[in-house]
Amino acid sequence: MNYSIAFRTIVTKEIFRFIRIWPQTLLPPAITTALYFLIFGKLIGDRIGTISGASYMDYIVPGIILMSVISHSYANVVSSFYSTKFQRNIEELLVAPIPNWVILGGYVSGGIIRGLLVGIVVTLISLLFTDITVNNIAIALSIAVLTATVFSLAGFINAILAESFDDISIIPNFVLTPLSYLGGVFYSVNMLPSIWQNISMGNPILYMINAFRYGLIGVTDVDIQMTFIITGGFIITLTLFSLYLLHKGIGIKN
Amino acid sequence: MNALSLRNLRKIYNNGFEALKGIDLDVEAGDFFALLGPNGAGKSTAIGIISSLVNESSGSVSIFGHDLRRERAKAKSCIGLVPQEVNFNQFDTVKSILLNQAGYYGLSRKLALQRTEYCLKQMDLWDKRDTVSRRLSGGMKRRVMIARALVHAPKLLILDEPTAGVDIEIRRSMWQMMQEVNQQGTTIILTTHYLEEAESLCRNIAIINHGKIVENSDMASLLARLHVEHFVLDLARPIAAAPVLEGCQIERVTDKTLSVAVPKEHSLNKLFSQLTAQNIEVTSLKNKTNRLEQLFMDLIDSNPIGSKATGNK
Ligand SMILES: Nc1ncnc2c1ncn2[C@@H]1O[C@H](COP(=O)(O)OP(=O)(O)OP(=O)(O)O)[C@@H](O)[C@H]1O
Ligand SMILES: [Mg+2]
Repeated sequence: MNYSIAFRTIVTKEIFRFIRIWPQTLLPPAITTALYFLIFGKLIGDRIGTISGASYMDYIVPGIILMSVISHSYANVVSSFYSTKFQRNIEELLVAPIPNWVILGGYVSGGIIRGLLVGIVVTLISLLFTDITVNNIAIALSIAVLTATVFSLAGFINAILAESFDDISIIPNFVLTPLSYLGGVFYSVNMLPSIWQNISMGNPILYMINAFRYGLIGVTDVDIQMTFIITGGFIITLTLFSLYLLHKGIGIKN
Repeated sequence: MNALSLRNLRKIYNNGFEALKGIDLDVEAGDFFALLGPNGAGKSTAIGIISSLVNESSGSVSIFGHDLRRERAKAKSCIGLVPQEVNFNQFDTVKSILLNQAGYYGLSRKLALQRTEYCLKQMDLWDKRDTVSRRLSGGMKRRVMIARALVHAPKLLILDEPTAGVDIEIRRSMWQMMQEVNQQGTTIILTTHYLEEAESLCRNIAIINHGKIVENSDMASLLARLHVEHFVLDLARPIAAAPVLEGCQIERVTDKTLSVAVPKEHSLNKLFSQLTAQNIEVTSLKNKTNRLEQLFMDLIDSNPIGSKATGNK
């Protein structure tokens, strides 16, 4: 059987979903990040000077873009798949002859697309404040896609394991946001005391933000190769775990 | 060719409750089959396993010869399911529910549009195609689920209480539609608590109680097994006491109504001449219960296995 139609159906459905509710999905990141750029980048940033040769505004732009990609790819999959499960709408997919990897691929693609679209919106907003000459577009794009994939997969697993609407906001609020802020969006880890530098090195988001920053402005605290290894590792592990959960029917079948 | 074969199908839910205790069932291709049983008997559990919504604990399911475990995609493509409870996306329009479903089954866009139009018209929902589904009435929602189940032209249509909570006019049109679909060659498995519905539509029947099949035969021979029919008679004039008639049991319900149990070998002509002889004039006669209902009650009562099923709705 050919599953490309089923796959396209799921992806299209996902895209229509977040476009239909654009005031909840596309507008807020535009507003919050505009405020970040204005307050941190312009008002405060002008007094901070440069980090690793980049103006403070230019320094924070990549981190803010990637932070939006992370939170939106995650949010898209977790809320879409959880409400599909909650409405029992998931039954349509379980009854139909669609293999689990197509279901997973469809939802994750939806998350990646939302993440990247928000990333583009935030990038456009940043252009109102600064103009960056991109250092290495291939690295920037591939890191954005890989990061969106990691967090879409994580959102999918969260949705499968969640049993209430509370369960889908715990990870974003208590894990993703802190790790993003501590992942060097607003500072270089070199500015931290060495013990905190070492601890920060255990934060995977730090690698993603720095690699993305390298792609955009050529400045990084970490080895770019490490970022590819880490995101690749996460993608493989999370994919296998998602497929295992789907296969066992955990959280979705009796 | 069997549309469906179940072999020793068992289901133990996570809480330890055994909802199916090893059932065997065959439904022939082209059949219109009734799966009956009281609340909590295990009908939806069986349907859930057949349609991959519930994992079986043991046993096997085969759909048009395709084993559900080994040839999953092939087996699944044969099935159209109308679940007991509404499960479509309430924020989607009627049309997009069907189009998505068609996509899940791999129909090309062109075919999907054609089938969607055909099925919505068949279910009398074409004017509602752009309505957001949560704004539909309960009966319309059920019809959306039937239309959705038909969109990929399944060979086996399984309907779990499709007529529950639907007004009589729509119920009649659903009966007609089900018969039409069946005549076009689709095998139908129907569960319902309206036994006259099963009696008039279905050719074969299984009755399930406490997770076991307690009866499985064709409708005609099942009905032929009814030894005693119960009638209610309305009388022209009041009577003080129930008359005594040889061969029949009579009960006086009110002063102008009698309830009579008539054995199969006792003809109605004989009953009426007996009544006439006692100067009792009958103005009307009706069946006390529908015939299948009576058999059903007998079968269920004679199978009160163990404790009552938990979680009866
Ligand atoms: N998820 C579950 N966990 C535990 N027990 C369950 C679960 N789902 C159903 N049951 C139990 O299994 C039994 C069979 O339920 P099922 O839904 O199959 O009945 P049914 O024949 O469809 O009844 P109805 O006519 O009311 O729809 C019931 O006793 C029910 O309480
Ligand atoms: Mg049921």
